[in-house]
Amino acid sequence: MTDSSGSDGGDSPEFVIQMAGRADDNLSPRRGVPADAPQASREMVEAQQGDVVVVLAQIAPRLGDVAANLERHLAIIDDARRGGGHLVVFPELSLTGYFLKDLVPDVALRGDAPELVALAAACTGIDALVGLVLESEDARFHNAAVYLSGGRALHVHRKCYLPTYGLFDEHRYLAAGDRLRAFEAPLSAALPRRPWRAGALICEDMWHPSAPALLARQGVDMFLCPSSSPGRGIVQGAALGTALSYDSMTRTYAQLFTSYLVYCNRVGFEDGVGFWGGSRVVGPQGAPLADPLGSEETLMWHRLDLGTLRRVRISYPLLRDERHDLIDNESDRLRRRRTLD
Amino acid sequence: MSQTVSAADALSIDTAVVTEILLGFIRDEVGKVGFDRVVLGLSGGIDSALVAALAARALGPERVVPVIMPYRSSSPESEADARTVASQLGLMDPLLVDISPQVDAYFDRFPEADRGRRGNKMARERMSVLYDLSWAHRALVIGTSNKTELLLGYGTIHGDMAHALNPLGDLYKTQVFAMARALGLPRRVVEKPPSADLWEGQSDEQELGFQYAVVDMLLYHMVDERRTRDELRALGFDDEFIDLVGRRLRDNQYKRRLPLIAKLSARTIDRDFRYPRDWGR
Repeated sequence: MTDSSGSDGGDSPEFVIQMAGRADDNLSPRRGVPADAPQASREMVEAQQGDVVVVLAQIAPRLGDVAANLERHLAIIDDARRGGGHLVVFPELSLTGYFLKDLVPDVALRGDAPELVALAAACTGIDALVGLVLESEDARFHNAAVYLSGGRALHVHRKCYLPTYGLFDEHRYLAAGDRLRAFEAPLSAALPRRPWRAGALICEDMWHPSAPALLARQGVDMFLCPSSSPGRGIVQGAALGTALSYDSMTRTYAQLFTSYLVYCNRVGFEDGVGFWGGSRVVGPQGAPLADPLGSEETLMWHRLDLGTLRRVRISYPLLRDERHDLIDNESDRLRRRRTLD
Repeated sequence: MSQTVSAADALSIDTAVVTEILLGFIRDEVGKVGFDRVVLGLSGGIDSALVAALAARALGPERVVPVIMPYRSSSPESEADARTVASQLGLMDPLLVDISPQVDAYFDRFPEADRGRRGNKMARERMSVLYDLSWAHRALVIGTSNKTELLLGYGTIHGDMAHALNPLGDLYKTQVFAMARALGLPRRVVEKPPSADLWEGQSDEQELGFQYAVVDMLLYHMVDERRTRDELRALGFDDEFIDLVGRRLRDNQYKRRLPLIAKLSARTIDRDFRYPRDWGR
């Protein structure tokens, strides 16, 4: 379904610029994100016109402090723009923090909130995906990711799967989204040959493979996956249980849907729970473009190109061969049977 | 079902991963509340030695205030071990607060008090000393209770169980040993039999009536894995032991919770008034 015509992208490998944004000795790691723009990327962007530079903003939002987080977002968007980035992806609930509990209504923003207007205004010459609690007219609160471009909000994804088990309690406080829509990401600063098709999945959405499948059916070049994944599961013999799960999911989806997958997880601690980071971009062959980040606040630059997508989709025409008729027929049959029950 | 899971497999942890998380935890949660140092009671035992080592790595050894609080019946080796730990970690000279005068002054009024009662009182005197020194040194009280003792209720409520932060509360004692070895704590401290040292010759395993390695296995399968009684039997645990540990888990739940509040209004603290502790931090 994806239109990949007119892009050859050359043979250059994906190019990665990683900022060594390690937190210093400062006790507050949220101040550790590099304030200075990366060097020398502008020239490379011009040399490979049409490619897209995605910046992962792996940050530790301040819990319940929208003003402080907004300031942080504006600074990072500005840094990313000056550094040659075309799209900044922030983690889930990046404007509010995650374990909000009864703070949800206090930090929620309406679509016309000044904070959102300010963020949209900052998104000229660069796009951004930000995480926030979005309040509807009828006082429902959604865990949402908003795609900002050209000074306005282009797309909203409301998290469809709200985990309410183990250490999660989202359904107590939040309303679930009811649509999964792919959208066109203009990425106009990148001057792409065509707009990229994108689809957003927020954290738990990823644990339901029908979600990326539905997006892929609408044509997706890159999955944008903001996350606030708490690290847990130390009795594994090696590494963190959660990290292993996401490693396998991100690789699998990218490979099976022959798309880029941008995973941006947060870091820091809330009430003793640590978020493990590990943000990465996985290429359409299922391999991360660079080593996933650690658990420090970091900005990471990645270069994505349509040429790679095209080549991989020629070698593995999985999207072409997808049997939508089969899915539809079986879904219809199951739906009919359910109405009979 | 027949399953053979060795303690080593079930409880083995990646100590490097755990260390990284705990260092981040200490740095982040101490800094967030506006402190840059911690104070802790150094007993000479493995739990407090491990917390001191983690805090020293996380914050820098000069930001850890170690306090030794012996009672006159405490073993002199405990104090010596505590000093060894402090010096190996490059901490400042530990503050020495002998709690005998305050404990004895109190029990002069109640000479009949048994050793359990006295032990609890000592734990609470130590807590009050730490909270006083917390004020004096602008240092957050960091606790040393591990998951085994929290689950079994093998600690004194408002005593050693009172603190602002607890880095070890999700590690079984067996895992504390693994961490202590990985962090290179003094051999003596790692190898001596664990003791609350509240009276002469006290030993955790004697007092509890079972070994940490065994009870940790059971707790792991009961609590973490939520195995049924039949599954626990199949793993080789007998009914008596399962009952004993199950009872301790249940009977000590109160120690792990805030005091009960009588429900009256629409929003009662901790029931339907729910905010994160790190609110705005």
